Amino acid sequence: MSDPLFPDGTCTQQHAVKNRYQTEIFNMAETHSLQDMRQQAAVAAKVFVQRDYTSGTMCQFQTKFPSELETKIDKQQFEETIRTLNNLYAEAEKLGSQSFIEGCLACLTAYTVFLCMETHYEKVLKKIAKYIQEQNDKIYAPRGLLLTDPIERGLRVIEITIYEDRSFTR
Amino acid sequence: MSAVMITRKVRKWEKLPGKNTFCCDGRVMMARQKGIFYLTLFLIVGTCSLFFAFECPYLAVHLSPAIPVFAVLLFLFVMAMLLRTSFSDPGVLPRALPEEANFIEMEIEAANGNVPSGQRPPPRIRNVQINNQIVKLKYCYTCKIFRPPRASHCSICDNCVDRFDHHCPWVGNCVGKRNYRYFYLFTLTLSLLTIYIFAFNIVHVVMRSVDSGFLKTLKETPGTVLEMLVCFFTLWSMVGLTGFHTYLISLNQTTNEDIKGSWSGKNRGQNPYSHKNIIKNCCEVLCGPTYPSVLDRRGLMREDSPAFAASEGPCSLDNPVAQTTKTTAPLIPNEHTPDDVKPSIAASAEKSPSPKEDQSPAPKIPPLASPETDVETSIAKNH
Repeated sequence: MSDPLFPDGTCTQQHAVKNRYQTEIFNMAETHSLQDMRQQAAVAAKVFVQRDYTSGTMCQFQTKFPSELETKIDKQQFEETIRTLNNLYAEAEKLGSQSFIEGCLACLTAYTVFLCMETHYEKVLKKIAKYIQEQNDKIYAPRGLLLTDPIERGLRVIEITIYEDRSFTR
Repeated sequence: MSAVMITRKVRKWEKLPGKNTFCCDGRVMMARQKGIFYLTLFLIVGTCSLFFAFECPYLAVHLSPAIPVFAVLLFLFVMAMLLRTSFSDPGVLPRALPEEANFIEMEIEAANGNVPSGQRPPPRIRNVQINNQIVKLKYCYTCKIFRPPRASHCSICDNCVDRFDHHCPWVGNCVGKRNYRYFYLFTLTLSLLTIYIFAFNIVHVVMRSVDSGFLKTLKETPGTVLEMLVCFFTLWSMVGLTGFHTYLISLNQTTNEDIKGSWSGKNRGQNPYSHKNIIKNCCEVLCGPTYPSVLDRRGLMREDSPAFAASEGPCSLDNPVAQTTKTTAPLIPNEHTPDDVKPSIAASAEKSPSPKEDQSPAPKIPPLASPETDVETSIAKNH
């Protein structure tokens, strides 16, 4: 029997090399799965989670589970993600003593202090970006989904991209 | 397919739809018509220069050197607030990308059901309950989004602005969520500065008249006369405006809502955004969190990347935005702009060609949309 990769034939050494080669490809596929998905997989659909305005103009997103994701992800998982995001945005927009002190201090310096200091909101936005990245890597990417940070969509929607199902396991 | 990357650094502000002008590589964002803004700058800088030239030397010697020092501080604060109001993003909402727009269209069509041909489809409105008050969210045909509560579309800048207050030609920008507190502080400190200059002009004239006589004083310091003239007219409008905005802040209302009468009168209901406490309302508006700009102006456009070189579809996600959103609905100043801006539009139309005149010869009707004027005016008539 001839192996197309190793036509010359003999056994163990070449099989070992072939196995190592295949393992390497598999590992590469796993670690670069996110990049591969974006580059190679076709976008099957996009779902947009809208804003929830029932508590006013505060940035909150609807926790209603979209029907398109029913086969892809667990409802609890999804709701947990959205709830955490809502809590983070609520923390950013909280009218507490910290925002009050920051506001007064900034006003006294004619807002020049923001040239060197990051605002509380911006700090929380960084936290949110990290959280979304983490969620994508751990939960959404393995299921062929991708969350887009709402700040890239003007804090209007959470865009969830559903990629075509191309399983790497054969 | 070759993956040749052409690295052309195009920043996102260059491709943003809307009628804004950008400076300093996207750091500064203003409306297109800046003539009145230059007038504001000229009046403030000019009057203060005259004050520093004519009054300050005399008053520093005869009264106190603290007077010019305080005037300088006040002047610097006024300028900082003015520039901050004029140059910052008022809270512009980016337009929906094609996929989002299509998603919303599909939702609307699903909600409307089958509309018999020949009949106008129902108006695109979403009802939301906020604090036991039904708030109607209108659909913006230009930006292809349902506007968040308190957002409005500025026809001068052609953008939806969050917590839209009004478009101020004096600062050359819209006043919205992000720059309202700077605008308020500008009006407040400018009122103080005007009162300060006016008061010390009078003190100066009186003190000099005691020595030299009234008419001789006026001849010696012609600058004083000019300053007093400018200050007199500025004073009444600025103090009035500051008072009006203080009233709005205490009620947590915007100029737009006040003019439209959204929360006044028995039929309309109560303001759901108010905390029912003046101090809390003031704290929220003036000392609330500083919202970041959601309009990424300085980000780099992802026009050329291996992903797009490899795909067979259209070039990039960002280009279609520029293409589809250029087909905007014709300008509707009646719908979008509050009434007190209309005279300013008329005034600016006299000075420079109005954008309405530029747009009207070639209005492009957006696809899948009924002209907003017909729908909105029919609702207005029915109410």
